[in-house]
Amino acid sequence: MVDTAHVPLHAPAPAASVLRRLMRRKLALFGLAIIVIVVGGAIFAPWIVRYAPNEQLFEGLTMQGAPMPPGGEFLMGTDLLGRDLFSRMLYGARTSLIIGIVANGAALTIGTLVGITAGFLRGWVGAILMRFTDLMMAFPALLLAICLAAIFQPSLWIVAMVIALVNWVQTARVVYTETTSLAEREFIAAERTLGASGGRILFRHILPHLVPTLIVWGTLGISVTVLLEATLSFLGVGVQPPTPSWGNIIFENQTYFQAAPWLVFIPGAAILLLALAFNLVGDALRDVLDPTQRGRD
Amino acid sequence: MIVPQQAIVAPLLSVQGLTISVRDRGVVRPLVSNLSFDLRPGETLAIAGESGSGKSITSLALMGLLPANVSVTSGQLLLNGVDLARLPETRMRPLRGARIAMIFQEPMTSLNPVQMIGAQLTEAIRAHEPVSQAEAKVAAIEALRQVRISEPARRMRQYPHELSGGMRQRVMIAMALALRPAVLIADEPTTALDVTVQREVLDLLRDLQAKTNTAVILITHDMGVVAETADRVIVMQSGRLVEEGTAAQIFAEPRAAYTRELLAAVPRLGAGAERAAPVPPEAPIPIARLTKASVHYDVGANFFGRPTHRVHAALGVSFDIRPGETFGLVGESGCGKSTIAKALAGLVPHHGLIEIGGKPTSSLKAHERKALRRDIQMVFQDPMAALDPRMKVGDAVEEPLVIHRIGTPAERRARVEDLFRRVGLSTEQMSRYPHEFSGGQRQRICIARALVLRPKLIICDESVSALDVSVQATVLALLQELKDEMGMSYLFISHDMAVVENVVDRLAVMYLGQIVEMGTRDQIFGNPQHPYTQRLLDAVPIPDPARRARDYLRPSGEPPSPLHPIGEAPTLADLIDIGGGHLVAKS
Repeated sequence: MVDTAHVPLHAPAPAASVLRRLMRRKLALFGLAIIVIVVGGAIFAPWIVRYAPNEQLFEGLTMQGAPMPPGGEFLMGTDLLGRDLFSRMLYGARTSLIIGIVANGAALTIGTLVGITAGFLRGWVGAILMRFTDLMMAFPALLLAICLAAIFQPSLWIVAMVIALVNWVQTARVVYTETTSLAEREFIAAERTLGASGGRILFRHILPHLVPTLIVWGTLGISVTVLLEATLSFLGVGVQPPTPSWGNIIFENQTYFQAAPWLVFIPGAAILLLALAFNLVGDALRDVLDPTQRGRD
Repeated sequence: MIVPQQAIVAPLLSVQGLTISVRDRGVVRPLVSNLSFDLRPGETLAIAGESGSGKSITSLALMGLLPANVSVTSGQLLLNGVDLARLPETRMRPLRGARIAMIFQEPMTSLNPVQMIGAQLTEAIRAHEPVSQAEAKVAAIEALRQVRISEPARRMRQYPHELSGGMRQRVMIAMALALRPAVLIADEPTTALDVTVQREVLDLLRDLQAKTNTAVILITHDMGVVAETADRVIVMQSGRLVEEGTAAQIFAEPRAAYTRELLAAVPRLGAGAERAAPVPPEAPIPIARLTKASVHYDVGANFFGRPTHRVHAALGVSFDIRPGETFGLVGESGCGKSTIAKALAGLVPHHGLIEIGGKPTSSLKAHERKALRRDIQMVFQDPMAALDPRMKVGDAVEEPLVIHRIGTPAERRARVEDLFRRVGLSTEQMSRYPHEFSGGQRQRICIARALVLRPKLIICDESVSALDVSVQATVLALLQELKDEMGMSYLFISHDMAVVENVVDRLAVMYLGQIVEMGTRDQIFGNPQHPYTQRLLDAVPIPDPARRARDYLRPSGEPPSPLHPIGEAPTLADLIDIGGGHLVAKS
């Protein structure tokens, strides 16, 4: 036991202790392992794979020109053009992680800032922000994404930005509602009587209470954004072929689902597993960060 | 009505060796141990005790409504010889409501907000009796008439939010009694109600009981309510029965030490007279002065979006708080006393003049206003709600110092540690979270937070109302000690006349947003002049069963609405000095 007298009063819950308590949960550990494997695979792809992702291999097709099923020379089989699916999956993970984490994270940040500002300030600022959010919600997201992607030259980062710009609205709505109810709570009134500034109330007293909601929306957003990227690729405004992403591997091959099911099943399972992994870690993190749950692990 | 004699009448309900346990992560912990009591037809049995005594869980066991992880582990609950504890749910359900009914503390949450009163009543009746819709409706109207609700036919078509708190509780009673149950369990039926309304509801329960011969189990923490209504009393502490007897016995000769403590802690009207400390004299500059302060909210909207009505929450309120005094503000819910506190703390905009230390608050710049906050602190009613649940309590107490950039981290910490010891907590507890404390401890934390800036005025807004009586007494003593030591003033807001009498130097009585009477404690309690003040004092339950049979002037109808069309302000009452600064509104 640490002598509490020497711990500074404002020390946040030490990161090491949060990690330690996270590690005690088996499901969280499982999720963390999946994330580490996917991230590791994406980073070290060049050293792991035997073939380049975009190389059309002669031995990747049967004599009849059909793709090779998983097993043997190709771990996950090959696609219609004879490219190694394993290699494409690893390189595709780079794209999908950037979309799922960076684009999704940006959407979450924008949504939170809009929602929390509107919910805390209310008045005309809140009205304008929320009506704008409603407008964005009513506008077909796909159409907006196509317009934006058509204006800018499609590249991975542009696609990420486009996805962030269409995906923040739901978060903003949810955060707005939660913030308005939090702002009515008595401990916020108590803070005001102490003379706390608006910023202090927002970031030290309201934001921590939004963490559980943000974790749920953040993990849900991963599969949504990865699939949105795939849709954009399919429509020709996403990540440009032949650059692989998990989403566009599914879309490229979905018409051959009956003949070569692995081409859809493997990337689909990968998206599912990644979203699940983040969900497990997020759930555990939510419990660990909640002081009322202390001592329950 | 024939008063049932003990031992002659067979018990209607007999509880024997009841043990109720909670299972939490494999550990079984008893909540109620080995409780036995009998209930005879037509009698009122009060189960008294503080929070955690197991009184509410006992009533839930009787209704067969225990939470999933709580169960009756031994003992019997015999209703006419049938053991309710062993009854399967399919046979329990027809009994619930018909033979054994319950009313809860908070009538608003017990009624369905989106269903009309009539629909809820007829549904309850038809769930148990094979009657037609029309017959059920007739029975429902009759039930409403029984609980003395005006215009029962019209109330049938109203929604719960259209009724006042007292009316809602009467609807709950009507619903519970419509089926003429043998046993009625009332769990803190008047705790959420104003004192004058509490009086009406208790009277009503007593009259109805005499008429229907229903046996009532009254669960309450309020010994005044016990004294006014109970035939017999069970006192419980931490799941155990500590004393049982008739009401007269319990109050006249309490045997158990705990009962004596409980009775000693009950604030009594008249007990304050012994503490004859002089009222602090008027000072040239009062701590706070309100001159015709008003707070109103606009509601409704016409075709052009302009508000049509105005709620006058506080109207033309004038008083001053002298250095070192405790000024009381009393009245029932909705009278505007909390609104005044909020205006003083700068939480709501006001009209009129509020001066703090001689400076009007409305003319201040932002940084001056922040500096002003240091002088006025607030202690709220519910300490759990007033503390950020995700912040360690040590940080919460230190926060005002951080906000106002006072001292170095080491100095701040020293001051927080000092205050923790001062309010009776240990410094080790600083790194815990609010949910790890009891209600009284949390209120101590809130008091420490209010003290940390060394304010000149602390506003206590119903600060002890949510606490158990024994805890209430210790917190009040702490507030008094702190005042003697540090010399600040209190604005003490409460609906509880007995508590107010024990702590204040001067007070103002508020009704519908206006002050109707103001003076020193002796003037108001010794010589109440305004009819409303007299009614308030009359309604306070007296913890002495011998003084029960007082006739009470029933106020007619509902209190008037504070809602007025815009442009039609309510008339301001003139306060007249009847001698020695005792101000009374001319009626």
